[in-house]
Amino acid sequence: MAHSVSVKIPKLNKTIEVPTGLFINNEFVPSVDSQERIETVNPATEEVICSIVAASEKDIDIAVAAARQAFKTTWGKNVTGWERARLLNKLADLIERDAQELAELEALNNGKPVKMARDFDIGDSVQCLRYYAGWADKITGQSIEVDNKSKLAFTRHDPIGVCGQIIPWNYPINMWAWKVAPALAVGCTIVMKPSELTPLTALKLSELAKEAGFPPGVINTVPSLGPVGGAALASHHDVDKVAFTGSTVTGRKIMEAAAKSNLKKVSLELGGKSPHLVFESADLEQAASWAALGICYNSGQDCTAGSRVYVQDTVYDKFTSILVDRVKALVVGDGLEEATGAGPVVSKGQYDRVWGYIDSGKAEGAHVLVGGEKRQSKGYYVDPTVFTNITSDMKIVKEEIFGPVLSVGVFKTEEEAIALANDTTYGLGAGLHSNDANQCMRVSSALEAGTVWVNQYNILNNNVPFGGKKQSGIGRELGSYALEEYTSVKAIHWNFGDKLDWPLY
Amino acid sequence: MPTHLSYEFNTPVYKGSTSFETGLFIDGKFVDGSTGSTIDVINPATEHIITSVSEGTTDDVDAAVAAAQRAYDTVWGLNASGLARSNLLWKLAQAMEAHADELSAIEVLDNGKTFGWASSTDVALSINVVKYYAGWADKLTGQTLETDSKLLAYTRHEPIGVVGQIIPWNFPLLMFVWKIAPALATGNTIVLKPSEFTPLTALRMCTLINESGFPPGVVNVVTGYGHTVGVAISSHMAIQKVAFTGSTLVGRKIMEAAARSNLKAVTLELGGKSPNIIFDDADLEQAVKWAAHGLFWNHGQACCAGSRIFVQSGAYDSFLERFTEKAKQIKVGDPFDKGVDQGPQISQIQFDRVMGYIESGKNDGAKIHLGGGRVGNEGYYIEPTIFVDAKPEMRIVKEEIFGPVGVVIRFEDEEDVIRQANDTMYGLAAAVFSKDINRAIETAHKLKTGTVWVNCYNNFHPGIPFGGFKQSGIGREMGEYALHHYTNVKAVHINLGNVL
Repeated sequence: MAHSVSVKIPKLNKTIEVPTGLFINNEFVPSVDSQERIETVNPATEEVICSIVAASEKDIDIAVAAARQAFKTTWGKNVTGWERARLLNKLADLIERDAQELAELEALNNGKPVKMARDFDIGDSVQCLRYYAGWADKITGQSIEVDNKSKLAFTRHDPIGVCGQIIPWNYPINMWAWKVAPALAVGCTIVMKPSELTPLTALKLSELAKEAGFPPGVINTVPSLGPVGGAALASHHDVDKVAFTGSTVTGRKIMEAAAKSNLKKVSLELGGKSPHLVFESADLEQAASWAALGICYNSGQDCTAGSRVYVQDTVYDKFTSILVDRVKALVVGDGLEEATGAGPVVSKGQYDRVWGYIDSGKAEGAHVLVGGEKRQSKGYYVDPTVFTNITSDMKIVKEEIFGPVLSVGVFKTEEEAIALANDTTYGLGAGLHSNDANQCMRVSSALEAGTVWVNQYNILNNNVPFGGKKQSGIGRELGSYALEEYTSVKAIHWNFGDKLDWPLY
Repeated sequence: MPTHLSYEFNTPVYKGSTSFETGLFIDGKFVDGSTGSTIDVINPATEHIITSVSEGTTDDVDAAVAAAQRAYDTVWGLNASGLARSNLLWKLAQAMEAHADELSAIEVLDNGKTFGWASSTDVALSINVVKYYAGWADKLTGQTLETDSKLLAYTRHEPIGVVGQIIPWNFPLLMFVWKIAPALATGNTIVLKPSEFTPLTALRMCTLINESGFPPGVVNVVTGYGHTVGVAISSHMAIQKVAFTGSTLVGRKIMEAAARSNLKAVTLELGGKSPNIIFDDADLEQAVKWAAHGLFWNHGQACCAGSRIFVQSGAYDSFLERFTEKAKQIKVGDPFDKGVDQGPQISQIQFDRVMGYIESGKNDGAKIHLGGGRVGNEGYYIEPTIFVDAKPEMRIVKEEIFGPVGVVIRFEDEEDVIRQANDTMYGLAAAVFSKDINRAIETAHKLKTGTVWVNCYNNFHPGIPFGGFKQSGIGREMGEYALHHYTNVKAVHINLGNVL
């Protein structure tokens, strides 16, 4: 039985072959016990793209068993660092080779512009894989001098084992790379559950993993509904670690399930309500550009979306007028079209959610500066919307919207700005714009966020760690820090010179 | 006209052709030396001239340094991100992979090592070393240091600048990449002098470096003699660091010149007289094999050769018998022939030197247990040679021979053998063979050498550092450790609020 489908893209006059089965042990297979399918939708046209197999709990079991077997035989401590490096680099080569096609599929399923998918999402993903390939043969422990007479004490940085990885729909390929690269670099095997909204590129990438030469069972891909696959991985007794990126609500459930089952290790990248602070000494033109980027990029569907901006009163009017210009300059449309700078939001569910927040903002008395009106045509579009006259207790100010909806507030003093910025249970990102270096030092120190941008926003680098404080998450991705999340330290005390006198006294 | 080599290989183990520029490689171009003179490159298997390559002079070194400085100030150094350097090194590794057999063949022609060894070890390890350092280039982190809330203090690990590198003839390609890879990963530009005996693979690499996309001036190669080009590099006022691999004798001169000129930083990989200690309880079969590899690999032309083999008396007779058998099985012959284990020594000078030591051993009263003579009458071939009944004061026991000549010494007492093993001005490597791992570890920790191999010999890995104690050298190559020697640490203190 064939497990692939030809997806036609009329706008590009192209067809892409997409595998539709579950990827287990390097083969695409049907579910063992379920007829459930997942339908994938093009958010620009609201049309179904294709349907794929939805994994059941039993399928997850089989995938975990495959990952365990590989870990014990062909991966884990059975493969050298340089072989892992070689395979990761080969996979990077193949993704580079197929970048255009992957970008088109990503645009079709997620809605983002093709050129952004190709140059940013995929470009960064390729570099991410190469970055971690470079770490694979450099996993070092310590040799530790105790007393030079009795023992050889040293640590080994072992791979944790079988890792369940659950990724979101906002950057499907990029989130796949962030998870897969460090895990494979240190020798873990993977059961990956891509988002049920955007599983297609994960399946294509699985084909490339096989072509690169990863042994069967090292990477397994099991699209499924969150409450089925995500829950199964989080509570599985043979999964050693679960890594999740998504909402804080779901993150809690994952952590609970991990605790209740086998106390598996947990790392979480959750939501945010990240603030910009614009001080009077800031370059306002630049600050406005960064603020626009922060809320408009990827149609605001970014965990570090700068969804709150607080502006010092002395520059409030000037700044907001520049901001409005920036926001209005963005072309929002179908990701397959050349001119598009941002696409629709990913699904009907998100569309309803985001519009619900916009309505709530209006209802709670915030003022719409830009946007706020639904389009009459097809597609889950939300044009960038800016609210002013906000108060701290408004839903649009407290809760993560995950769309291009910005709340703009005002402050007088630095202390007030910091207090407003930190007044949230989240702590993922923050930006501050100021030309006063001492202020930059004070404020960057005071902001309770895992990433603070000074006179910039949202630009990440593969070798700089990323993650949340407070309820935005546990653990770090990117940089050398990510390796720790997939490593388990063993200390070995090898006695060569100590003899025990018994009894001791 | 800068020189050029075209060569057709038609041998039992390799058929193919190569054609490449062999002029000096300065600022991305191949040029003639300033005097137009050339150096003959000799095939040690036949003693015939392979080709002539351009000879570099002091003026050429000046030109190379100027090119390297210009590149450092504009397109390399702090102007190229770690990611960019990583990508270029990666491309270079891929280019080497695409031309692996060709590189092996050139190495065999120039150096005389067998094609089997060149391809399975020299070229393979070289590629892995380049890949390894490609992976470091974007991972060079300094520290942030907590002091008080108004001070932002951090270190930067910056490149040094223009570095001079002088490499030997025993592993031409391998030594080339051991030097350039960490230097490039950290952002330095290079003026490198290959050995005048073996410049060919270094020059072939220059074309690959161009093809990989390294900007002109980042890597410069000036072939020439030690007393001209080597001296020019070690005493150059604009070269900030010199790295040398070769004899201890020359290493001293390099360091002196560095001190006299501009106090440039110096790293040295020098000679050795490495002890291989085989206890009674060793796995004898394994010990014999490793000992043979330890001594005879690369025709004994390895700085870490296990040239003093200490065997505990209980195992002595059995070891000597089996070791001799093993040595007899070494087939010495044309390195391009099938089934050959050992090719010629590198040159007439080295041949004479090694034969001189054999003579001295005989004159001093040591007994030749195996070998001791030339093989054939064309090519610098020497028989695998084993001396016994040697005394500690003999030259063959104290001095580095650098040929397929070893001394087997009987010992009783563990403490005494450790004393004898350490009784040398050298300290490069050592090995311990014993099935009692506690004893092996304790012994290993007492040996004053930069590398100790336990139950193995000549094991190399790009991630494991290598270098000498005492007069075997200064600094380490390979691993993360090599990066320290190509890095200048800058501490930055940014006062953000402390008012005086």
